[in-house]
Amino acid sequence: MTHVQIGLGGLAISSVLVGVALVLSLVRQLGVARDLLTAALRALVQLLVVGAALALVVDDNDPLLYTWIWLVAMVLFAGWTVKRRAPEVPNAALLGVLSFTASAAVTLGVLFGFGVFDPTGRAIVPIAGMTVGNSMTATVLAARRIVRESVEHRPLIEARLALGLSADEAFAPHLREALRTALIPSIESTKAVGIVFLPGAMTGLILAGVDPVDAVRVQVAVMYLVLGSIATSTSVVALGLTRGLFTSDHRMATRSS
Amino acid sequence: MQDIASEGFVLAGVEVGGDPVARLSGVDLSLPAHGVTALVGRSGAGKSTLLRLLNRLDGPDRGAVYWRGRDLSTLSPDDIRRHRRRVGMVFQRPAVSPGSVLDNLRIADRHLTNDRARALLDQVALGVDFLDRDASALSGGEQQRVCLARTLATNPELVLADEPTASLDPEAVAAIEATVRRLRDVAWIWVTHDAEQAGRLADRVVRLEGGRVIDAGNGQ
Repeated sequence: MTHVQIGLGGLAISSVLVGVALVLSLVRQLGVARDLLTAALRALVQLLVVGAALALVVDDNDPLLYTWIWLVAMVLFAGWTVKRRAPEVPNAALLGVLSFTASAAVTLGVLFGFGVFDPTGRAIVPIAGMTVGNSMTATVLAARRIVRESVEHRPLIEARLALGLSADEAFAPHLREALRTALIPSIESTKAVGIVFLPGAMTGLILAGVDPVDAVRVQVAVMYLVLGSIATSTSVVALGLTRGLFTSDHRMATRSS
Repeated sequence: MQDIASEGFVLAGVEVGGDPVARLSGVDLSLPAHGVTALVGRSGAGKSTLLRLLNRLDGPDRGAVYWRGRDLSTLSPDDIRRHRRRVGMVFQRPAVSPGSVLDNLRIADRHLTNDRARALLDQVALGVDFLDRDASALSGGEQQRVCLARTLATNPELVLADEPTASLDPEAVAAIEATVRRLRDVAWIWVTHDAEQAGRLADRVVRLEGGRVIDAGNGQ
């Protein structure tokens, strides 16, 4: 098995590609050269720090405690990111943390509970990372859409409430739309996998010298994990948000303007 | 104190808002559960705010709203839903769901038969051919009549109407007013800024101004 290793020289050469992007930006006067440079440098520093920390966490000789601390930090950071990306969503950070915890519990529970992967730091950290990372995008999408639906379609929702429907019934069509919006990108990319693009985990494994068939098996498990985690996290965030949008006696929680 | 159980709605010391301007302030009012009562006032007088309290789409900040002697704030969530079916509401702008007219009527009653649906359309002067039409593609006046038919599908004893003809053409206004006159076994509380319409329709006129009742219409 041939492992691919990139030394400092290789890293420096690959940065030529950033230079190409920079030159194009300057020539075309796109005004993003500074952002490009910052993004490239920031990614390098962040990943080097993460790599050093991961080396501690995934060391088979270290206790799993480090892994769990890493997971908690990751979930908290993701919750904060949701709040930042969806400022109009009430209690976004808390809802994000709850939904990521739920999706991590479900997906890690299935994958490690049934022995698909061994419960080591080396397996838990990247899998939890993919769970939370993918859930984050979908959760932000779902949360923002739910809030938008509740504002834009308030007259229709209140018309249904006025007919004696429960809050859940009155909001159901809008919730369905919001969840579809959040789930469809993942479903579509799952359909196109292998035909239109080769997913990151599989590409990484193949580059690292793993047999492609073994890499595919891992990738399939990861894709199912992503679908499961997105469905779980968006459901949790939908449940929490819907509870906050309505009072217990089937009124909208905010008064109409 | 009067016997509030004998009335339809009784509002006692109702206040809504107050920062910076009260939407309703110190409202004491009885509204009968029969005939047509018009709530008249200029824009911002508090008419719609008052109407929403009666359907419990909003609650008052202070005071209480009674229906048949029961404080709406003490009703269970299920009782609130039952209350809304007895006291229907039609809004200023028609809000139809995607789908056919029949789909919209079945929001109010999922077991609604085609015969009952046709009868409801007849009550609001829409032909039976409307049943399968796309509700979103209808004119504003037709949509409002679909909304009225949808409200009537719950067999309400009273309908709260929040300026339902405000944005409609004269022909649609006439059709809806004719429906109100025809359905005399249903009580109406009809919000309007149009004093002439109030004169045409109402048995009793309540006037609001700046969130206060300036004429409870008891003398009419």
